[in-house]
Amino acid sequence: MIDFELEPQVVSRLKMYRVVAEQMMRPISRECDEHEHQKPTQFYETMWSASAMAEFTTPTDGAGSKADGAKAADRGPRLRNLYTVLSTEELCWGDAGLFLSTPNSGLGGAAVMAAGTAEQKERFLARFKSGKPKWGAMAITEPGCGSDSAAVTTTATREGDNWVINGTKIFCTAGEMAAEKSEGFVVVWATVDKSAGRAGIKPFVVDHNTPGMTVTRVENKLGIRASDTAAIVFDNCRVPLDHILGSPEVNREGGFKDVMATFDATRPIVAAMAIGVGRAALDFVADFLKEQNVAIRYGISPRKLTAIERDFMEMEVQLKATRLLTWRAAWMLDLGKRNNLEASMAKAKAGLVVTQITQKAVELLGPLGYSRTYLVEKWMRDAKINDIFEGTQQINMLIVARRILNYSSKELN
Amino acid sequence: MIDFELSEEQQMIRDTVSAFAREEIRPAARPADESGAIPPELIAKAWQLGLVSGPIPEKLGGDGGERSAVTGAIVAEELGYGDLAIALHVLAPRLLAYSVLEMGTDEQRGKYLKSFTGPSFVAASAALMEPHYDFDLTALQASARRDGANFVLNGTKCMVPLAKESDILLVYAATDPGAGFAGVDGFILPRDAQGLRVSEREKNMGIKALATYGVTLRDCRVGADARLGGDKRANFSRLMSEGRVALSAMAVGMMNAAYEYARDYAKERKAFGAAIATKQAIAFMLADMAIEIDAARLLVWEAASHLDKGEDALKESYLAKNYVAASALKVTDNAVQALGGHGYIREHPVEMWLRNARGLSALDGLATV
Repeated sequence: MIDFELEPQVVSRLKMYRVVAEQMMRPISRECDEHEHQKPTQFYETMWSASAMAEFTTPTDGAGSKADGAKAADRGPRLRNLYTVLSTEELCWGDAGLFLSTPNSGLGGAAVMAAGTAEQKERFLARFKSGKPKWGAMAITEPGCGSDSAAVTTTATREGDNWVINGTKIFCTAGEMAAEKSEGFVVVWATVDKSAGRAGIKPFVVDHNTPGMTVTRVENKLGIRASDTAAIVFDNCRVPLDHILGSPEVNREGGFKDVMATFDATRPIVAAMAIGVGRAALDFVADFLKEQNVAIRYGISPRKLTAIERDFMEMEVQLKATRLLTWRAAWMLDLGKRNNLEASMAKAKAGLVVTQITQKAVELLGPLGYSRTYLVEKWMRDAKINDIFEGTQQINMLIVARRILNYSSKELN
Repeated sequence: MIDFELSEEQQMIRDTVSAFAREEIRPAARPADESGAIPPELIAKAWQLGLVSGPIPEKLGGDGGERSAVTGAIVAEELGYGDLAIALHVLAPRLLAYSVLEMGTDEQRGKYLKSFTGPSFVAASAALMEPHYDFDLTALQASARRDGANFVLNGTKCMVPLAKESDILLVYAATDPGAGFAGVDGFILPRDAQGLRVSEREKNMGIKALATYGVTLRDCRVGADARLGGDKRANFSRLMSEGRVALSAMAVGMMNAAYEYARDYAKERKAFGAAIATKQAIAFMLADMAIEIDAARLLVWEAASHLDKGEDALKESYLAKNYVAASALKVTDNAVQALGGHGYIREHPVEMWLRNARGLSALDGLATV
C-alpha cells in the first residue's frame, strides 16, 4: 500500500547520521575544501571504527541486495537500497566530498556486488570488515571516453595464469586511497575482446599496490575537494585469473549488463547525494529567512507570493519530487524489480534540480551567499558533480528516452 | 513504511476506472469540448460506477466504502486521463456531498446525502472561486455576516460548475475576514434561495464541456443550521487540501494522456527519413515529460497519504498543486510542440489539453477526492 512514512527505528537511525554530519563533517567542511588533497585522517579513523555505520552506508550493501536478497534480509533492514539512499542524503547534507572520501568499499564494492560471484564478494569485500581504513574504487572513464563507456580502450589480455591490463583511467573517485594508500582495491573495466564491442568489457579487481598500477595524477576540482579523483595508469599490470568479476565468457547478447547493473544500483545513491547537498542549501536559506522574519506563506494565492517565497517553494518542492523519484528507484531495486528507467529518471532530475537549487540559494543570500564565510557557495560547487558523474544528466535523459520509446542504443543515439 | 505499490483493491478500482476513461470518456472528449455538452448516457454510466455514492454510509443508501485520498487520487488521475472537463462534471456532486459527509452535522448528512445514492446523476456543486485577479482562498471577498440566528451572505462567485443544474449549492464565504482559512465557512443553500442568482453560463478558454456559472449573493439570508458543520464548523483548510490533491491528480492523468499521444505520434511521424522520436531534440522532450509526470504523481500521492493519516496537508497539497499546475502546462505545451503544426489543429487533442491545463490554476481547490 502506498506509504511515504519512515518507521520510527529508521528515523532514529537517521538521527545518528545527522549527528555524524553535524559534528564530524560540518566542522571540517570548509577546511577540507580550502586545503584540497590534505587528508582528514582522524575523520577516516572515526568513520572506519564506526563499523556498524559503515555497513549501513556503503553502496556495496545497497548494490548487493538484488542478487543477495535473502542474505541481506538477515543482515539488516529489508529495504537496504532505500536505507542506503536515506543515510546518503543525511551524510551528504553534512558534506558530499567527505562522504565520498569515507573509507569503505565504495564504487569498487558496488561493482563487485553487481558483477561478482558469491565467492568473489566474500573474498574481495571481507577486508572492509576489519583492520585499518580501506578504500575501494572503480576505474571506468578514460581520457578518450566518458559517457561513452562502451568505447573503453583499456585491454585485458590473458597470459598464462594472469590477466595483463594495459591502459589509462581517469576520474577515479578515491582512486589514490584505494590503489596506493590503503589495503583496498580498484575495479578496472577493460576489454577482453575488442571485436565484441560492449560485451567484451569486463571488470577486474586490481589489489592495492599491484605492480604496473600507478596513480599519475590527483585532480584539482571545482568542488567535492575532500574527495580525491585520480588518474591511474595500468602498464602490464598482472592480476590472477580469478580477479575477473563474474564470468570471463563474452556474451554478445548480454552486452554491457554488468556496468548497467552497477549503475542501476549507484544512480539512486548519487541522486541521494545530490538531494543531501540541496537540502543543506535549502535548510540554510530557510534558517536565514526565519532570522530575517521572512515568512513562507503556504496556501495563499500563488499570485500573492513574493519572489522569494516563490523561489523558496520551488526549491522545496523540486527537491521533494526528486527525493520521491529517488526513493522509488531504490525501493524497486530492493524488491528485485528492474529499475533502469527509474534510476535514470531520478539521477537526471537530481543533478539538474540540485544544481539549480544551490545556485538559487547563493542568489537568494546575496553577497552572503557568495562569501566563503558560509558554506552555501561550496554546496553550489559540490552540487554540480552530481549532474556529471555516474552518467551526466544528458546520458541519463538518453537512457530514459530509449526506455520510454523502446529504442535500442542504435536507434536512438 | 515506504511503499510505492497500490493495494490489490486500489489496482482493481484503477483498472475499472481506467477502462471507462479510455473506452468511454476519451472518445467523447473532443465532441464535448466543441459542443459544450456531455452526453447524458456517459454521465449516467459514470454515476453507476459509484464515483459519488461510494463512501456514503449504507444507512443513507450509499455503498459504505472507505474514503481514501490516495485511492481518490488514483481514480481522479484515471478520469483526468479520459478528459478533465468530463471528470470535473461527473465528480462535481462530490463538492457538496463529500464536504457534508466529512464536515457536516449528523442532521446535514441525514438531510442531503441520501439524494446522491439513487440510480441517476444528481447535480450539486460548490461556489468557491471569485472573479478578481488576486482571488485568494485565505481572503475570500464573499462574506457571511451573523445576524441573530441567521447569516447574511454577500458576494460574487465564478467558475461554479453545474450551478444551474444543481438544486443545492455549497457556498464558501468569510465569516471572519482576516482570519485566513479559519475565517471561512461553507453554507448549504438551495439554488432558488432568495438573494442568490445564477448568471449566464461562462465562456472559458478550456474545460469547455464543463458548464460553469457565476453566482451572486445579495443579502442572502440563511439559518445557522445551513452552516457546514453547524457550530463546530468545517475545516476549510483540509477541504481545500483535498481539492488541490484531486485537481492535481486529474492533471497528472491529463499530462499522461498528452505525453502518450505525443510519444506515439513522434514514433510514427517521419522527417529526414526517420521517425522524429529518434532525434534527441524530440526524444529528450518526451523523456522530460515522462519524468515530470512521475514526479507529479508521487507528489500528489504523498500529499494524499498525509490526508489519509488525518493531517490537513496544507503545505504538501499546496506545493503539489503548484508543481503540477506548472508541469501540466509544460507537458501539454510540449505535446503540442512535438506535433508541430498538426498540434495546433483541432483534429488532434493536444491543443485541447493545453487549454485545459491552463485552467488548473484558475480552479485552485475546486474538487475533492
